[in-house]
Amino acid sequence: MAMDLAQFHEAFFEESFEAIESMEAALLKLDVGAPDPEVINTVFRVAHSIKGGAGMFNFADIASFTHTLETLLDGVRAGRTRLSTPVMDLLLKSVDVMREMLRATQKKETFDPQRVADLQFDLEVAVAKTAAEAPAAEAPASAPASAAASPAAPAATPAAPAAPAAPAAAGGAGEWCIGVKPLENMLSRGNEPLALFAALAEHGELAVEAAVDEIPPLATLDPHRCYVRWQLRLRSAASKEQIAEAFEWVEGDCDYSITPAASAASAAPAAAPAAAAIPVAPAPAPAAAAPSPAAAAPAPEAPAAAKAAPKAEAAAGGDASSIRVSTQKIDELINTVGEVVITQSMLAQLGALAEGPAAERLRSGLAQLERNVRELHESVMRVRMLPIGFAFSRFPRLVRDVAQRLGKQIDLKLTGEQTELDKTVLERIGDPLVHLVRNSIDHGIEKPEERIAAGKSAVGTVHLEAFHRGSAIIIEVSDDGRGLDCERILAKARSRGLVGPNETPSEEAIFELIFLPGFSTAEQATDLSGRGVGMDVVRRNIKSLGGKIDIRSTRGQGSRFTISLPLTLAIVDGQSVCVGEETYIVPLVSIVESLQIRASGVNRLSNAGEVISFRGDYLPLVRLHDLFGVEPRSRTVQDGLVVVAEGDGQRVGLFVDDLRGQQQVVIKSLETNYGQVPGISGATILGDGSVALILDVAGVIRSASRREAA
Amino acid sequence: MSSNPAHNASETDTHQVLTFVLGEETYGVDILRVQEIRGWSAVTKIPNSPPHVLGVLNLRGSIVPIVDLRKRFNLAQAEYTAITVIIVLTVRSEAGRRDFGVVVDGVSDVVDVAAGAVKPTPDLGSRAATDHIRGLVAIAERMVVLLDIDKLIGAQMTGPLADAAALSEAARAA
Repeated sequence: MAMDLAQFHEAFFEESFEAIESMEAALLKLDVGAPDPEVINTVFRVAHSIKGGAGMFNFADIASFTHTLETLLDGVRAGRTRLSTPVMDLLLKSVDVMREMLRATQKKETFDPQRVADLQFDLEVAVAKTAAEAPAAEAPASAPASAAASPAAPAATPAAPAAPAAPAAAGGAGEWCIGVKPLENMLSRGNEPLALFAALAEHGELAVEAAVDEIPPLATLDPHRCYVRWQLRLRSAASKEQIAEAFEWVEGDCDYSITPAASAASAAPAAAPAAAAIPVAPAPAPAAAAPSPAAAAPAPEAPAAAKAAPKAEAAAGGDASSIRVSTQKIDELINTVGEVVITQSMLAQLGALAEGPAAERLRSGLAQLERNVRELHESVMRVRMLPIGFAFSRFPRLVRDVAQRLGKQIDLKLTGEQTELDKTVLERIGDPLVHLVRNSIDHGIEKPEERIAAGKSAVGTVHLEAFHRGSAIIIEVSDDGRGLDCERILAKARSRGLVGPNETPSEEAIFELIFLPGFSTAEQATDLSGRGVGMDVVRRNIKSLGGKIDIRSTRGQGSRFTISLPLTLAIVDGQSVCVGEETYIVPLVSIVESLQIRASGVNRLSNAGEVISFRGDYLPLVRLHDLFGVEPRSRTVQDGLVVVAEGDGQRVGLFVDDLRGQQQVVIKSLETNYGQVPGISGATILGDGSVALILDVAGVIRSASRREAA
Repeated sequence: MSSNPAHNASETDTHQVLTFVLGEETYGVDILRVQEIRGWSAVTKIPNSPPHVLGVLNLRGSIVPIVDLRKRFNLAQAEYTAITVIIVLTVRSEAGRRDFGVVVDGVSDVVDVAAGAVKPTPDLGSRAATDHIRGLVAIAERMVVLLDIDKLIGAQMTGPLADAAALSEAARAA
């Protein structure tokens, strides 16, 4: 089979990374005391399919490592190895190493073989312990001899740990019974049984016996179908896994079973069903649309398979109707649709000017186009939306590790994992969330004894929650720990001269202090937190996504960090406003109201700018033409309009010349080619091809107040 | 400047330069950095930008700032007319690739410049901010100032030029 497999590498890596994620998630779900066999099966299947893929692509070190892992998992599954906390740690560590090995292989870097070898050794020791504990010698597990041999010959030799294992354990018989039953589509998929037998024959002496009793009469025979079953006897020193490798190409196209001839004869019931289950469970790859092998075959020789396979199918079923598309393609699509939106609004402007008998029809056609374009745009944007569960998935592991290291007991609650948000937002919110969760564990949650002394349960709770509110997505990280210590924060701020000795800031203002660069109240910097680089980065990342973060905290009861983010970064509903020759877009979400006011409605505060009265409040009046240095049509307040807008919780009146239409605009970055502009969040292209700047109301308020102060 | 391959290449290597006119002087930029040449059209002003940044334009869907080189070099102001030309250039800096347009009086020619023909900029003392000049070259008895656009715009798109008058001084001294 001299085909170039390199083209499939990327797909293998992608699938493997996903598989590892699901493996990690499954492991974390496992209850050490009473493991759910189905979950163990899931983990096993993942390891198995990665091993299969790695073997197929000749990633020997990965295949070898996963093989050892698989052996241990097999022991757990068959009940030979008791799932204890050390074993669990070992499994989780293996997940990390596998991920790093895959990453290194993907980038064609070399991975520290010593680490792999060390862990592989640990795994083998765990397996060996099992073998020693279980008197049943037919267990197809590594013998202690192989465990001792392997550190000397680490990752580079995949077969080394496996080779001496199984046959030795099988009592030196070295004979395997292999049953092969092709499914209907085996031949039509280009799989040739003869090639399979040839591959098996490489392992040793092979005797093949065909069962032809199912061949129907010629009249009803379908020539594309294989009706023959085979019973093979292979005399070989190869391990079961090595034999199973020959079946990798026909996985899903035929049912097969591999049993040691000796154990089949002497009937070791504990091992046999477990062994049968291994090959039949299909790989959980989403592409595996093959009909369930268990359903098609009566499979008398594999009773466990019938149970395992449908469940695996169900697990894979959810993904079966999805395809993998590169984000670049999606972004191109979104860009193009953005251009279509612009063209459409240009046509709409022209259509409004059209006259004559056809004009009405043109306009109704354009209205139809507008609806279609809007729908198209929404659908395309939805393609980029992913459930936030992807960002949440890393936390169970993180919380477990950090809590263990700090000697704290923590219960992590996740809610709203299905809440969808833009992929870019999702990717960039991960790190800030990690910071917040770590902070919660490190600073927030107390040690068990402290908690009990405070009358709380020994187990602290960290809650990650996501939900929609209007056109924003809210992510909250809350804990029931000790809460922020206002006095300590204030003392620290005073000692560093951030707050004057006589100032007494409000509670909110104190909480704000922790977002300052270099601010940390931790007595001792740990590798987790306390170096004071966290919170300002968190805030900066969130701001760069157009979001904001708020803190609420009650002493002794816990704190809650609320992040609010825009649903998408690519589009905004905006109101066009004119100032002189220029057009600006004010995001509709920040507009409270637009109104006309009389000159008498404007009051001047001595040297501190102008204010207007709005519903009983006084709001600062910002003349956009002043702020942006644009020549306005009029400086008289009653000639123009005031747009009351809100940003960062503050309201302001923006004085503009006139309002234009409302429209959805595609946000284009100013920073790509230029840079950040205070008060401007980006730019967009209008229907006539000209550029309009999009206001950042919070930024406008900040710039305006700086000007007043200056 | 070691990053510039033209300087490491042999003396006989040539590269192509697009020359353009600005007031009395002729300038040149590496042709490989030129994205396109287009006519003048109205720009959208950016609030509180430095005076040499006129505003932004829509260049096939991306937002591109337009720099007036006359203002950048403190030359007398010219009117923008139908024959005023924008050259869209690409700079590369640590921040990545950036596109921007420069307004010039007119585009002259594309010429081959041998690496050996490029003379270094004379040292004009502390007044000279000649970082953005890659060298001087004589073409048809006219002195052409070769610009290093990465230095001219790259890091300090919004920043002022230290001493722009030095440039014309450099020209006279050469």
